[in-house]
Amino acid sequence: MIIDSIKNGIVIDHIRAGRSMELYNLLHLDRLKCSVAIIKNAPSEKMGRKDIIKIDEELSVDLDMLGYIDPGATVNIIRDGVLVEKRHLELPEQVENVIFCKNPRCIVTAEREIPHIFRLANREQGIYRCIYCDTEGKRNEEE
Amino acid sequence: MRSLIDILDLSKDEIASLIRTADDIIQNPEKYAEKCHGKKLATLFFEPSTRTRLSFEAAMYELGGHVIGFSEAASSSASKGESIADTVRVVSCYADIIAMRHPKEGAPLVASMKSGVPVINAGDGGHNHPTQTLADLLTIHREKGRFSDLTVGLCGDLKFGRTVHSLISALSRYENVRFVLISPEELVLPDYIKEDVLQRGGFSFYETEDLEEVMPELDILYMTRVQRERFFNEADYIRLKDSYILTPEKLLTAKQDLAILHPLPRVGEIAGSVDDDPRACYFKQALYGKYMRMALILMLLEVS
Repeated sequence: MIIDSIKNGIVIDHIRAGRSMELYNLLHLDRLKCSVAIIKNAPSEKMGRKDIIKIDEELSVDLDMLGYIDPGATVNIIRDGVLVEKRHLELPEQVENVIFCKNPRCIVTAEREIPHIFRLANREQGIYRCIYCDTEGKRNEEE
Repeated sequence: MRSLIDILDLSKDEIASLIRTADDIIQNPEKYAEKCHGKKLATLFFEPSTRTRLSFEAAMYELGGHVIGFSEAASSSASKGESIADTVRVVSCYADIIAMRHPKEGAPLVASMKSGVPVINAGDGGHNHPTQTLADLLTIHREKGRFSDLTVGLCGDLKFGRTVHSLISALSRYENVRFVLISPEELVLPDYIKEDVLQRGGFSFYETEDLEEVMPELDILYMTRVQRERFFNEADYIRLKDSYILTPEKLLTAKQDLAILHPLPRVGEIAGSVDDDPRACYFKQALYGKYMRMALILMLLEVS
């Protein structure tokens, strides 16, 4: 399969196979006017299979969101057809409206306008807790 | 501008400073009688709580200040559907400091993010109750003179007991504190506190259902009530409410300098016949709570 290489834009590489559509939606890539290519199940020496997203426009990506969804992904910035920057991701300290608190005793379940904010409580285990009630947030793959 | 939402918002030095201030208030109450002259405390109690509210009000009056507020959600704008954010923004226009109790966990944190004046968490559901912990800490300090090198027994509802969670967090910053966790299986300390606070901090702890077995080891015995309002299921509450009742007989093997604490109110878990035992500290603890709230109000209002 041939996908045109991009001149100025972003390549999100090393996405765990099967997660690209989730990233596409969470990063609101559907709102872009430029070309966006989603490559699923590409062969990878390191990962076996991986997904890749190519965006034909240099835009600011929510790295926190990306780091939370897939901390193993890399973000490559392409300018004039040349890779100028490669960013490795890590779990962000805090995420907003990515994990949603389901504790019926928590204030966020009573007042809809309050953002759902989770803070990284344990980096080794990737555990996030609601800043309001300390309930552990379930990452999507655990749900 | 500072607020107090979680006991860990305060550093060890700040807790030491609050204890020094509280000790000084106890020694020289007249020195503090006008410290908050012209200041107003708003007590926003969306959930009934007689003793905490009265303690805050007494604290402010003894500092020479005034108190405004409400004592249940039905008499507040919340009954009309107003958000917490709007309520505190408005109250910030009238008061210099807010003490808030709310049945929902995290409500005082939301308030502190929107308020123009300091917010004190006076209890948010089953979550945090930092000023109770300040009362507990002053009691322990006045009884034992230290926070380190103590064996602390926590007995009763360790699952929903917010005062237990806050006290463990607060004491986990001191050296050589050993925790003995005494509860029925259904009400054990949540795993996240065991893992995040005790195990990560390298603290020694022992879990048991048998209070009498561990009684001789304890320097502090912190009794708690099984709270009806934390249960969704009435049958579970009735089954567990009388799990532990402290009696003079059970204290026969206890140390002579044991300090018995309870955040109050008690509902039968400490027999009335224990009250005359010199080791019973729970009424002093309620008094100390007022002094710590006074010290806290002074700190947050930056009154020297």
